Amino acid sequence: MKITPKDVAHVALLSRLEIPEDQVEKVTGQLNAILEYAEMLNKVNTDGVEPTAHVIPLSNVMREDEVEVSLARELALANAPEQDNGYFKVPKIVEG
Amino acid sequence: MDYSVVIGLEVHAELKTKSKIFCGCSTQFGSDQNTNVCPVCLGLPGVLPVVNKRVVEFAIRAGLALNCEILPFSKFDRKNYYYPDLPKNYQTSQYDLPICVNGYLDIEVNGETKRIGITRIHMEEDAGKLVHSGNITNSNYALVDYNRTGVPLIEIVSEPDIRSAEEAKAYLEALKSILEYIDVSDCKMQEGSLRCDANVSLRENEQAPFGTRTELKNLNSFRAVQKGLEYEIVRQAEVLDEGGKIIQETRSWDETKGITLSLRNKEQAHDYRYFPEPDLVPLQVSAEWVEEIRQSLPELPNARKQRLMEAYGLSSYDAGVITASQAMANYFDVVVGHGADAKAAANWLMGEVSKVLNASNISITEFAVTPENLASMLELMQKGTISSKIAKTVFEEMVASGKDPATIVKEKGLQQISNEGEIVAIVEAVLAANPQSVADFKAGKDRALGFLVGQIMKQTKGRANPELVNKLLKERIN
Repeated sequence: MKITPKDVAHVALLSRLEIPEDQVEKVTGQLNAILEYAEMLNKVNTDGVEPTAHVIPLSNVMREDEVEVSLARELALANAPEQDNGYFKVPKIVEG
Repeated sequence: MDYSVVIGLEVHAELKTKSKIFCGCSTQFGSDQNTNVCPVCLGLPGVLPVVNKRVVEFAIRAGLALNCEILPFSKFDRKNYYYPDLPKNYQTSQYDLPICVNGYLDIEVNGETKRIGITRIHMEEDAGKLVHSGNITNSNYALVDYNRTGVPLIEIVSEPDIRSAEEAKAYLEALKSILEYIDVSDCKMQEGSLRCDANVSLRENEQAPFGTRTELKNLNSFRAVQKGLEYEIVRQAEVLDEGGKIIQETRSWDETKGITLSLRNKEQAHDYRYFPEPDLVPLQVSAEWVEEIRQSLPELPNARKQRLMEAYGLSSYDAGVITASQAMANYFDVVVGHGADAKAAANWLMGEVSKVLNASNISITEFAVTPENLASMLELMQKGTISSKIAKTVFEEMVASGKDPATIVKEKGLQQISNEGEIVAIVEAVLAANPQSVADFKAGKDRALGFLVGQIMKQTKGRANPELVNKLLKERIN
């Protein structure tokens, strides 16, 4: 599978990354190099191997339904670039 | 032209746990903004979510009540999208191995039972709440409250088996009823603890392949589900009739304007790039645990409805209304358990009692009249101590004061007069005082009889036994 500049634009949009026009070709090449490297894995015979859901051989780690103390609101909002009356304030959402 | 309608519903139900799905923050509705948050639900770096066992139990409970298979191996996945109600930029959900699959729900529409398939039920976290300043399209910023982020949800996805807006409403009502019976969700649509999205498409006939669908959001009441779908069906039919094409998109139902509006292009938004959640280990649900949960399930609405029909001869409709709410069905059982006639009890519950509950917007658990007192009142009626008309007066007094009916009847002197001699005296007095009416009746004016009965009732303050009055009046007048 080859990544095209169009795929790069799509992935960039999904990731909310801005890639300057003159960098697209370079990034396309880099992404293809990464994928080619990972292609190696396709050479391994995986017949009869269940897809791995998790690398740690554990299951059923659960907690009881008990309420614990939450963060103080000042702390919760401490890293917010903008806030208003105890709310996180964020830029406009739907492009008009 | 007439199209064949295909609808599938996605229903999100908030689970009534005390704490969130992956952290110990409270799920309390209506808390001050951003006070039920912690590093885990805010998605701060380096935190480790741990699943709430009660959430898994509730999801299995819902799965069993909806006839699903419970998968012995299940896992969580990340669903990636950017929206400010989601602080992590992904929602922790379940993708290819949801906890429950292949269920069904039987609904009743126009007296016929129809089976709607349930594709899957999965667990996921709720998102936060955006408070917009002004209108969603023209505000410059939004305010976010993350209290709801991480509140546990189950998403119940139906097969595209629903064929009309009416069936969609019936499905949602039946689903709500079951979730309430098994006590996993409050199902308050007005508070958003039960939410419904619908996928709708049209095709030329039942055999044709499915058409392009739109997804309808913001269906926040049973009325909205029905009205929104009815509108969207007509809108799509008009587009197709004019030779147009349906665009696959998300549309929002605007309740006040009564229309659906395009929200965003779904094809783009649908690239969620799911992958297994590395911070949560898989779930292995044992057969023993499933069995334990199965044993703890209560009698479900359909079974209870059947029981009321068989045990008491109630009609399918009446039994359906009574059992739609578990609290109502419990109340009914107590009333009947105290010896009341089942049909009379059903009529009173669906009539006078429901009228009072609706008028004061309360549930039957908050009702001033205990089921024992309602049973005593029905017994007084059955024994002839009070007439059905007087029963309404007694009932009103019971609602107002919470007193037992025997006391009210005694205090207000409302006993029915069934003593023949007593009624004869009144009948004769009324006949003597109204010779014109007697003459009118004899001349063939039936209405005159009603007037005479009214006079007798007036004199006895409605307490005369109506059957006896009619019988004695006719005997005397002819």
